[in-house]
Amino acid sequence: MTQRTQPPAGVASAPPQTGPVIRLSGATKTFETSAGGEFTALRNVTLDVNPGEFVTVVGPTGCGKSTTLALVSGLEPASAGGVEVAGQPVRGIPAGVGYMFQSDAALPWRTVLDNVALGLRYRGVGRAEARARARDWIARVGLAGFEKYYPHQLSGGMRKRVAMAQMLITEPSIILMDEPFGALDVQTRELMQDELLRLWAGSGAAVVFVTHDLTEAIALADRVVVMTAAPATVKADVRVDLPRPRRVEEIRLEPAFLDIYRDVWDALREEVEISRMRGANRVA
Amino acid sequence: MSLDTDAMAVEADAPPRRVPAGLSRRARRGWKVQLVRLALVVAWLGSWELAASRWIDPFYYSKPTAIGHRLVDWFTKGTSFGSIWTNIGYTLAEAVYGFVIGAIAGIVLGVALGRSRFLADVCAPFIKAANAIPRIVLASLFVIWFGLGMSSKIATAVVLVFFAVFFNAFQGAREVDKVVNDNARILGANRWQLMTTIVLPSATSWILASLHTAFGFALIGAIVGEFTGADKGLGLLINNAQGTFDSAGIYAGMIIVTVIALLAEWLLGLLEKRLLAWRPRQATSGAAT
Repeated sequence: MTQRTQPPAGVASAPPQTGPVIRLSGATKTFETSAGGEFTALRNVTLDVNPGEFVTVVGPTGCGKSTTLALVSGLEPASAGGVEVAGQPVRGIPAGVGYMFQSDAALPWRTVLDNVALGLRYRGVGRAEARARARDWIARVGLAGFEKYYPHQLSGGMRKRVAMAQMLITEPSIILMDEPFGALDVQTRELMQDELLRLWAGSGAAVVFVTHDLTEAIALADRVVVMTAAPATVKADVRVDLPRPRRVEEIRLEPAFLDIYRDVWDALREEVEISRMRGANRVA
Repeated sequence: MSLDTDAMAVEADAPPRRVPAGLSRRARRGWKVQLVRLALVVAWLGSWELAASRWIDPFYYSKPTAIGHRLVDWFTKGTSFGSIWTNIGYTLAEAVYGFVIGAIAGIVLGVALGRSRFLADVCAPFIKAANAIPRIVLASLFVIWFGLGMSSKIATAVVLVFFAVFFNAFQGAREVDKVVNDNARILGANRWQLMTTIVLPSATSWILASLHTAFGFALIGAIVGEFTGADKGLGLLINNAQGTFDSAGIYAGMIIVTVIALLAEWLLGLLEKRLLAWRPRQATSGAAT
């Protein structure tokens, strides 16, 4: 488990029971391909995530990491096996789940303010109150002064801040992130990673963060889950016992970080090679 | 709005040159365009007038001054079917009713079918068949069904407008960005909220694009309906002018219809600008309208 103490009371909604907030048991997902065949994205994935835990998922490109998030969020039903959130089997979208997508998911026809307020409006909060709370969140993600802007008028990093505020305003107890910073340049990405850690600290939310960037995975996580080449299943589960709070740019130079990096990379290397070989065969 | 000044920069196709004092390069270019346009109109009308008074028979081809006189006549003394304003009002009312009913029906059905694959599959052959009917012919049928009054013309306009709007609304409802849709679902949107906050706004640009042509169709529907049989309206005036070999009257009617169409186009442009204010401004094409 993590070294952190209990999250402050009253923040987010930690589930009443002490068990894992996310439990995948033998979860399998197959898709029908357009050719009429079947593609198995996930096979027999078993994974528990505890309340307040930050788990990153790494694996070779295109292995089905994101499918894990789709199952947990209820956007896609599992083909076989169990998916439970807060002790309940997932049917539809479970309450208390936030999702940050790889690409822009904000409504292009709404301003930053109304985009951030969206989750509250959907939940029936009045316009004035939703906007007031949205203003607060916009300030917390460092976008004060940009309330009236439309998403297309913002830079890539700023749009990610909007996405974060949009997700966090619903105070999710489970945060799912699908390579959210993949499209950003290196400096912006590191800045956003620090921002994420800052906003997450003390929220008590469990995070599942999918990435293919090992440095990012280790710098953020309490646990790094390594997945195999498609069909993806859990290959290794590496604990990251680095102290928090962390600064992403600094932590990656520490010897302990490098040891963990080596462990994770040992597990991942084989899978990346398999994945590359398949890619090469497909090209040939 | 300081972030998208580059949209303006795109328009200056040449590298920025030093502009002498007074008008900017763009303003001067704008004046030039207007002047050349005016010159074209004068040359066209002048040569027509000249030709009609010397070489061609104005009885068949009319001439600008005769058309002008006819227009003045209509507006000052009225037409053989009552005041010109009554006739314009009739045609306009028919077109507007037809436009509104047709557009609403097109949007509702288009979006419904666009969201439901099952419904779309069921209806596809019927829609295709209905679209293949030469719909103008229906005007005759509608006169029999609804009589010579307004309703038969409105029906013709509705049929024409419906299909123009329907296909765009259908496409627009289908092209909703999956990530934006999923994001809204995660944020807690129910089906109705998804429809009002995601699907409709997303289909709006498609629908608005179709409304431009649709109003034109509504006018055509109203006028063709009046051709087929009516007791009031611009179509009746034009049809009557045709029956009496009055070519100036046909032209005069055409001009009034054109002005109405242009005004409607302008109003729809305003609506579009208002509804699509969120969109990134694109470099406007050379011919500003």
